[in-house]
Amino acid sequence: MSVNKLKQTVLAVIAVSLFLASGTALADYALNLTEGVTPTSHRVYELHMIILYIVTAIGVVVFGVMGWSIFHHRKSKGAVAHQFHHSTMTEIIWTTVPILILIGMAVPATKTLIFMKQTGDAEMTIKVTGYQWKWKYDYLDEGISFFSALHQDSNEARQIDSGIDPNTIENYLLEVDKPLVLPVETKIRILITAADVIHAWWVPDLGWKRDAIPGFINDNWTYIKEPGVYRGQCAELCGKDHGYMPIVLNAVSKEEYAAWVEEQKAEQIEAASGSDREWSMDELMEKGKTVYAANCASCHLPEGQGIEGLFPALNGGAIVNGPVSEHVNIVLNGKNMMPVFKAQLNDVDIAAAITYERNSWDNSTGDVIQPSVVKIAR
Amino acid sequence: MSYGAGHDDNHDHKPTGIGRWLFSTNHKDIGTMYLIFALIMFFIGGAMAMVIRAELFQPGLQFVNPQFFNQMTTMHALIMIFGALMPAGVGLANWMIPMMIGAPDMALPRMNNMSFWILPFAFILLLSTLFMDGGAPAGGWTMYPPLTLQLGNAFPFLIFTIHLLGISSILGAINIIATIFNMRAPGMTFMRLPLFVWTWIITAFLLIAAMPVFAGAVTMMLTDKFFDTSFFSAAGGGDPVLFQHLFWFFGHPEVYILILPAFGIVSQILPTFARKPLFGYASMVYATAAIAFLSFFVWAHHMFTVGMPLAGELYFMYATMAIAVPTGVKIFNWIATLWKGSMTFETPMLFSLAFIVLFTIGGFTGLMMGITPVDFQYHDTYFIVAHFHYVLVPGAIFGVMAGIYFWLPKWTGHMYNETLGKWHFWLSAVSVNVLFFPQHFLGLAGMPRRIPDYNVQFADWNMVSSLGGFVFGLSQLLLVVVVIQCVRGGQKATDQVWEGAHGLEWTLPSPPPFHSFTTPPQVTEATAHS
Amino acid sequence: MSDSNSTYFIPDPSRWPLVGSIALFLTFIGASTMLNGSGFGTFIMGIGIAVVVYMFAGWFAEVIGESLQGKYNQQVDVSFRWGMSWFIFSEVMFFAAFFGALFYARQLSVPWLSGEGAGALTNMLLWPDFVMDWPILAIPDENAFIDSLFYETIPAWGVPALNTAILLSSGATVTFAHWALKNGNNRALCWWLFATVLLGFTFVYFQAGEYYHAYTELNVKFSSGIYGSTFYMLTGFHGFHVTMGATMLTVILIRSMKGHFTEHNHFGFEAVAWYWHFVDVVWLGLFIFVYWL
Repeated sequence: MSVNKLKQTVLAVIAVSLFLASGTALADYALNLTEGVTPTSHRVYELHMIILYIVTAIGVVVFGVMGWSIFHHRKSKGAVAHQFHHSTMTEIIWTTVPILILIGMAVPATKTLIFMKQTGDAEMTIKVTGYQWKWKYDYLDEGISFFSALHQDSNEARQIDSGIDPNTIENYLLEVDKPLVLPVETKIRILITAADVIHAWWVPDLGWKRDAIPGFINDNWTYIKEPGVYRGQCAELCGKDHGYMPIVLNAVSKEEYAAWVEEQKAEQIEAASGSDREWSMDELMEKGKTVYAANCASCHLPEGQGIEGLFPALNGGAIVNGPVSEHVNIVLNGKNMMPVFKAQLNDVDIAAAITYERNSWDNSTGDVIQPSVVKIAR
Repeated sequence: MSYGAGHDDNHDHKPTGIGRWLFSTNHKDIGTMYLIFALIMFFIGGAMAMVIRAELFQPGLQFVNPQFFNQMTTMHALIMIFGALMPAGVGLANWMIPMMIGAPDMALPRMNNMSFWILPFAFILLLSTLFMDGGAPAGGWTMYPPLTLQLGNAFPFLIFTIHLLGISSILGAINIIATIFNMRAPGMTFMRLPLFVWTWIITAFLLIAAMPVFAGAVTMMLTDKFFDTSFFSAAGGGDPVLFQHLFWFFGHPEVYILILPAFGIVSQILPTFARKPLFGYASMVYATAAIAFLSFFVWAHHMFTVGMPLAGELYFMYATMAIAVPTGVKIFNWIATLWKGSMTFETPMLFSLAFIVLFTIGGFTGLMMGITPVDFQYHDTYFIVAHFHYVLVPGAIFGVMAGIYFWLPKWTGHMYNETLGKWHFWLSAVSVNVLFFPQHFLGLAGMPRRIPDYNVQFADWNMVSSLGGFVFGLSQLLLVVVVIQCVRGGQKATDQVWEGAHGLEWTLPSPPPFHSFTTPPQVTEATAHS
Repeated sequence: MSDSNSTYFIPDPSRWPLVGSIALFLTFIGASTMLNGSGFGTFIMGIGIAVVVYMFAGWFAEVIGESLQGKYNQQVDVSFRWGMSWFIFSEVMFFAAFFGALFYARQLSVPWLSGEGAGALTNMLLWPDFVMDWPILAIPDENAFIDSLFYETIPAWGVPALNTAILLSSGATVTFAHWALKNGNNRALCWWLFATVLLGFTFVYFQAGEYYHAYTELNVKFSSGIYGSTFYMLTGFHGFHVTMGATMLTVILIRSMKGHFTEHNHFGFEAVAWYWHFVDVVWLGLFIFVYWL
């Protein structure tokens, strides 16, 4: 251990302490909690700062006394040890004073908590469902529903040995293919649940996170004051790609939101009609490639190699090269860790993915699976 | 005289060869095995931490895939908690408690050996999963279902490892209780017990009450996986959150199981090197008991974000805040012990002083996270990673380190190398802060825990943290050097070892005889604790 | 018989702890591989359990031998008492986990899923067909397990009530045995113990019949949702403990017949009697919360 390295670390510690000590730095997002953009997040931020100041003050007093003692009451300075070991009055004081401080903290904390629980009289409701490893958003009043997964650019760059510098990707790991769009100045009820394992939905700027528990609904609300793009991540370990299921919330004006809703409704009608027509092999293969990359590749890997003991290989796999009906069945209904894709993808997507899997890498069954086949199998 | 080991003869007739260790019924030998085992596990768990910090050194994936990363975080925690810290605490208890209370040995020596020998086998079971199809447990040490139910072949191995560890801990705890309640020398009343012994009584009760609940919880998970029960599945009327309640009913006392022995060690060391009696002995005892008692009623503060009803969240917030009071009392007592003392700063004292400051910082962040509404922001971020590493590394581990330096001369009969010890301390104390302090910033800025890769905005502090981690990891090798040197030779230690040391253990020769007190000493107010 | 009353007995090095550790290791590694689908694992587990039994037999034989040789003074006896009582307490906490699960299911998760309290939205959006009932005859997701529906549960006032009577009487008989022992009446001790063992195994016999009935005729299974899960887990672990307790009582009976116990030195008997009372009390909890209420 060289002395230089020690010096470096000492310097680093000093730098860290300076950052902490300077009040301006505390307001910086990179060091401190965000103030956020909702009434809740403002209250939470204030509470956070109050408590931080209180504990810092306590720390200064306690460590100050300790430091003074260490400096002055040392044997090398000729200090002679006193032999006292008890003082009822002091002990009563340092038991009572903390109790009073704690009560002082508990009052605003209780108020904030009660405020956060007021989920009633919301103007709209969305349901958020966590999946391994993406989010599904259902606009319960509008009938809009879509998945939101990691953006393709980040997804490519995040692969091990991808050779892509994360610094070159905009919003690396914090960008999705399709963001959640919400109106500002609207009380929005957010219902959170999960389809497979526990996730947690967290956008720091809203001021809270909440676990997504499979089989249960967690009830929350928000009221976004300012338009903007707010980013968050899944905050509960949910398996292999826990770090790769970001949340992007696009808060827009009420007018823009209304326009967006109309657009989405039109798109959904269009998508639903796709399953009735005949698709060509090339069309399916092309679509299948993107569907595969977005939904299948994270477990079965981009080349269908799979991971031994966890995720079966699709390249040369028994099901992929076996009867079509079984292949369709497992994709639709899942098995063990394999998700139930009929709840996630439409007929065209599933048909395309299956066609792609059966005719890629070393697989060459030549099968073309039409969306209508999937529709019947559902 | 085949059974006469405990009889009145004073000469040491130690068993020899490998059998001395395999079949041991001696508290010192078993204590030594515990400590060596803990040290080995500390380095295995530490190596895993190095993998984690190496991967997080910069954004992007460089070394390991995400699944393996999750295996590392999970195994690091399991190994450090159950393999390093708990055995280290039990090892110290084994060595010191009989000597401190004037007993010949532990109350149930054979069971003592079983408590130890279960451990290596348990960790063979756990570590073997690293080489299985699908790899080691990767669902976090908290093992929340349904994620943990997705494990491959490792799953039953994980569950049964927990069962083995539970059996070991419970047997060990029973032994400690029987020893302290039944083996005290005449005159060694409860309020004369050294603080280390007191903290261990309380720790042992925590173990006995908490570990079986954990065993029950993982058993339910086992049947959920293999026998179609529905404890943790809403589809059958259960609830995944039920597991979290059971887990944290165990898990919160568990964190006190890890820290209380360190409290005890520090309470022995401060008076010794301040040359002044411990301030507020009785309130220390009551505060420790209060902390332990409260620990059974605050568990859900680990799971505020699961969405409990308001009343539940408020209750668990208030109960959690209440723990700050007895904890504060302990800190204040320690500082009052230093006050107007005559301090010297040998390595055990340095580790103890750093313990007070850094553990208190961990306590502050703990208080912050006890406030439910703000915990909604802190929860499952690097802020909590920083918090629990502050209480466990410069908290519990520094406490154990302090204990090792404090008692090493007593165990070996030699003084350790003070210069190396001080290097070890300063390198550890500085690097541990470089390692963990920036993680507060990362958490507040929005970095979730248990992720293998992150946005570039988190890059700088992660790099600083990793550098601190590497230095901290390497510094620990110094401990091995110090211990080996000290075992092999060095300046002869006196019986009292430290100028300010008081208590029965310091009346025995260094190293002490094979059976500590074959005839119980008479303890008086003057010869009791410092 | 003894000259060591003043010194605490420290046993010589013993192989039993290591044998026990290896036995547990074999049992669990075998069980793990068995659950992962390997028949070889079952074999290893079998060996492990055999070694566990061997360890208990050998270890206790050693302890009994030492006890008979008078190596244990009063203080050793007290150590055993501390040990046994806290072991029983740990068992209590083990059962507490399962009782906790039962209360949680009945008071929180099942009501929430059926829309009570905080669960209104959970029920409306996720489980609209699920209604509050205890025991739940139909689980929220009927497709989660094959054939999970059952028709009725075991009524409290049939065999369970009889079993309660049996266990309570056995608690009385073991106390009579203790009185007989304290009065130095070895003959009465053996007979009362014999009665206790008989009642214990009768309980196990009825319980097994009950399981058979529930499984085959009522269709209450492990997979019958949270009711079946808690029912079998609680009664199953209890039944296992009764079997263990009855086996230990049998050993104590044999030792009594050999005259191992005296008025003042009979901790082995008392330890097992405590254990027996413990399974008795757990059963009362089961009878009230699982069968009756």
